[in-house]
Amino acid sequence: MDLNTLWFILICVLFIGYFFLEGFDYGVGILLPFIGKTDIERRAVIQTIGPVWDANEVWLLTAGGAIFAAFPEWYATMFSGFYLALFIMLVGLIARGVAFEFRSKDERPRWRSLFDWLIFFGSLVPALLWGVAIANIVAGVPIDAHMNYVGGFFNLLNPYALVGGLATLLVFTLHGAVYLTMKSEDEIRARARRAAYKVGWAAAGMAILFVAYSALRTDMFDKPGVGMLPGIVAILAGLSLVATRLFLDRRREGWSFISTGVAILLVVASVFLTLFPRVMVSSLNPKWDLTVYNASSNPYSLHVMTIVAFTALPIVLAYLAWTYWIFRKRTSVKQVMHY
Amino acid sequence: MDALALARLQFAVTTIYHFLFVPLTIGLALTVAIMETIYVRTKNPAFKEMAQYWGRLFLINFAVGVVTGIIQEFQFGMNWSSYSRFVGDVFGAPLAIEALLAFFLESTFIGVWIFGWDRLRPAAHAFAMWLVAFGTSVSAFWILTANSFMQEPTGYAIVHGRAEMTSFGALIANPQLWVEFPHVLLAAFTTAAFFVAGISAYFLLRRQHVDIFRSSMKIALTIAAITSILIALNGDAQAKHVVKAQPMKMAAAEAVWTTQSGSAPWTVVAGIDQAAGKNTFAIQIPGVLGFLSGTNHFLGIDQLQRQDVQTYGPGNYVPPVAVTFWSFRIMVLAGGLMILLAWYGIYLMARRRPLEGRQRYLRLLLPALGLPYVANTFGWIMTELGRQPWVVYGLQKTLQGVSNTVSTAEVATTLIGFTVIFGLIAAADIYLIVRYAKAGPESHEPSRELPLETTAVL
Repeated sequence: MDLNTLWFILICVLFIGYFFLEGFDYGVGILLPFIGKTDIERRAVIQTIGPVWDANEVWLLTAGGAIFAAFPEWYATMFSGFYLALFIMLVGLIARGVAFEFRSKDERPRWRSLFDWLIFFGSLVPALLWGVAIANIVAGVPIDAHMNYVGGFFNLLNPYALVGGLATLLVFTLHGAVYLTMKSEDEIRARARRAAYKVGWAAAGMAILFVAYSALRTDMFDKPGVGMLPGIVAILAGLSLVATRLFLDRRREGWSFISTGVAILLVVASVFLTLFPRVMVSSLNPKWDLTVYNASSNPYSLHVMTIVAFTALPIVLAYLAWTYWIFRKRTSVKQVMHY
Repeated sequence: MDALALARLQFAVTTIYHFLFVPLTIGLALTVAIMETIYVRTKNPAFKEMAQYWGRLFLINFAVGVVTGIIQEFQFGMNWSSYSRFVGDVFGAPLAIEALLAFFLESTFIGVWIFGWDRLRPAAHAFAMWLVAFGTSVSAFWILTANSFMQEPTGYAIVHGRAEMTSFGALIANPQLWVEFPHVLLAAFTTAAFFVAGISAYFLLRRQHVDIFRSSMKIALTIAAITSILIALNGDAQAKHVVKAQPMKMAAAEAVWTTQSGSAPWTVVAGIDQAAGKNTFAIQIPGVLGFLSGTNHFLGIDQLQRQDVQTYGPGNYVPPVAVTFWSFRIMVLAGGLMILLAWYGIYLMARRRPLEGRQRYLRLLLPALGLPYVANTFGWIMTELGRQPWVVYGLQKTLQGVSNTVSTAEVATTLIGFTVIFGLIAAADIYLIVRYAKAGPESHEPSRELPLETTAVL
C-alpha cells in the first residue's frame, strides 16, 4: 500500500474517532434541554460528557490538520468551497465550547437557560452540517479544472444532502441518548431511554433513506473494483441501528451504545470506500476529481507524517482509554459538579 | 474594501483575539502546576486553595482560547486557499503534529484535572496540570514552527510552483524558531505572572486572604523577575537575527530609510512619512544602532527596496513602516516597564516590611496587568506586518495567497460574524473573570446557589 492510501485510511480513522466520540456528545447537547428538566438535572447531563467532550473535539482538529498536511489541495478546495457552511459550523462549535464552561458560572436562570440553548444549537448545527458535507463530497460538487469549487452556498443544500444531514443529526442524537442511558441514573436514565426509543425509529429510517438515495446519487453500489462493497457496508450500518433497539429492549445499555457506535463507524467506512481513490468528486468532469494522488503532499512529507502519526497515536489512544476508565462511573444529581 | 483586505483584517481580528487568551493559558497552567506541587510537597492546604482559585480563572480563560483556536485551524483553507495549496506540504505538517501531540494532551488532562480531585492521588492530580502545561508549550512550539517558516523558509524546494518539504530537520532547526519560540514562551509566563500579581495586589490592598495572596504574589514576582529579564536578552538576540534574516522588517522597525555605516544613531521616536520615504522629525541617540543591531552596516529601506526589485522583480517591498516602527517601540516600552516593576517587587520582598504594606506599589500592579497584553499584541503586529508584502518571506506575496473563489460578500459576512461573536464572548469572559477573581479563594462559586430543586428552567 502506498502512503497516499495509508493517509486516506488514517483520515478515515480520524473521522470515525470524531463522529463516534463527539457524535455522542453532540447528541447529549441536543437532548440537554429536553432530558434535563431542572437545573441540577441539566448539570448532571452535562457532567456525563464533562471530562471528555473537549478531547473529543480534538479528533476534528486532528482530522483537519491531517487533511492539510497530507492532502493540501483537498483542504484548500473543501474549506474554501464550503465556506459559509463551515463558518456556520464554526460559530456553533465556538458557542458550544464557551457555553459548557460558562453556563454554571452564574446562577441566574436566564443566564443558564441562554447557555443551555447555545449548547443545544451548537451541537445541532455541526451534527446536521456534517451529513450535508459528506453527502456533497460523495455525490460530487462543481469543481473546475483548477480544483476550485465553483458552486455557491445554496448549491450545497440539495435534497440528497439534506437527507444526509438529517441522518447524521438523528443518528448522533440517538447515539447521545444511548450514551446517557449508560452514564446516568434514575430519572435522567429513564428519560434518555424513552428518548432513545423515540429517536431510534427516525434515525434508522433516515439512515436507510440516505443509503437508498445514495444508490441513486453515488456509485456506492456499483463501484469499479469493489462493486457493491460500500453499499453492503452501509446496509450493515443500518442493521446495527436496528440492533440498538433490540439491546435497549433487553436493557443492555453498553451493547446498545456499541451498536450505535458501530453504525457510525460503518457509515464513515462506507463513504470513504465509495470515495477512494477520490477525496472530492467533481460533478462537472470526472477528470477534475481530487484524488489521493493529485491532491497530496510530496512523498517525503507523507513519510515524515507517517512516522509521527504511528509514534504518537498509540500513546494518545492509551491515555484517552485511561481517561474513559477513570471516569467510567455513572454521574448522579447528588454529586458536586463542575459544569 | 476588497476580499483581500477583508481577509487580512479577518486574520488580524481572529489571531490577535485568539492570542489574548493563549499566553495566559500557557503561563497560568505552569503557575497552577507549581502551586499544586507545593501543596503536594508541603501538605499545606493554603496552596491547594490557591491552586483551585487560580485554576478557576485559568478554566474561564482556557475555554475561550480553545474555541477561538478552532478558527485558526480552518481559516487557512477558508480565506487563504491559494496559500494553503502553495505551502500546505510544509505548513500542514506542524499543524497536524500540534493537534496530535499537544491538543489531545491538554484537552484530555484538563478534563482529568477538573473532575479528578477526588479520583486521583494528589501527586497524580498535580501531574495532570503539569501535562496540561507541557501540552500548551508543545502547542506553541509547533504553531511557531509553522509561523517561522513564513518568516524564514527552510527545508523546502519549489517543485511545479509549490513549496515541498525536503527536510523536516531543517524545518525545526529554523534559526527563526529558536529565537521566536523562547520569546513567546517567556512572554506567556510573564503574562501569567502579571495576571497573578495584579489580582493578588487587589486582595492585599483590601487585606483579604492575605496569606494566600502574599504567597501568590511572591511566586508571581519571582517568575516575572526571571522571565522579564530573559525575554529582553532573547529579544535582543531575536532583533539581531531579524536584521540578517529579514532586513527589511528591521529597517522598517527602526525607520532607517538609508543605509547606515559606522556609528549610526538609533531613533527613539520619529514622525514617519512613508510616501516621501523619510522621517519628518526624529529624536535620536548617537552611536547605538550598531550596538543594538549587531552590525556596522545597517541596510536602509531604499537600498533593500532596490535589492528586492532586482531579486524578485518590480514591486513595492516596503512594509507599513509607521505601524512596524511604533509596534516595536510599544512592545519594548511595555517590556521595560515590566522589568522595572518585577525587580522593584523583588527588592521590596527582600526588605523586611510585608508586601501588603506597600500600597503605592500594589496600586501600580493593578493596571500593570494590561502591560503583557499590550506587549504580546504589538509584538505580533510588528512580526506579521513587518513581513509584508510577503505571506511567506521571499516566496509568496500575501495577495497571491488569498482564496480566489471566495467573494467579498462572503468574507465580509464571516468577518462581521466572528467580530460580533468575539465581542459577546469577551463581555461574558471579562464579566466572569472579574466576578470569580473578586469572589476570592474560599467559595467555589461567587454567591450561594439558589435552592436547586426549585429553579426549574423550562
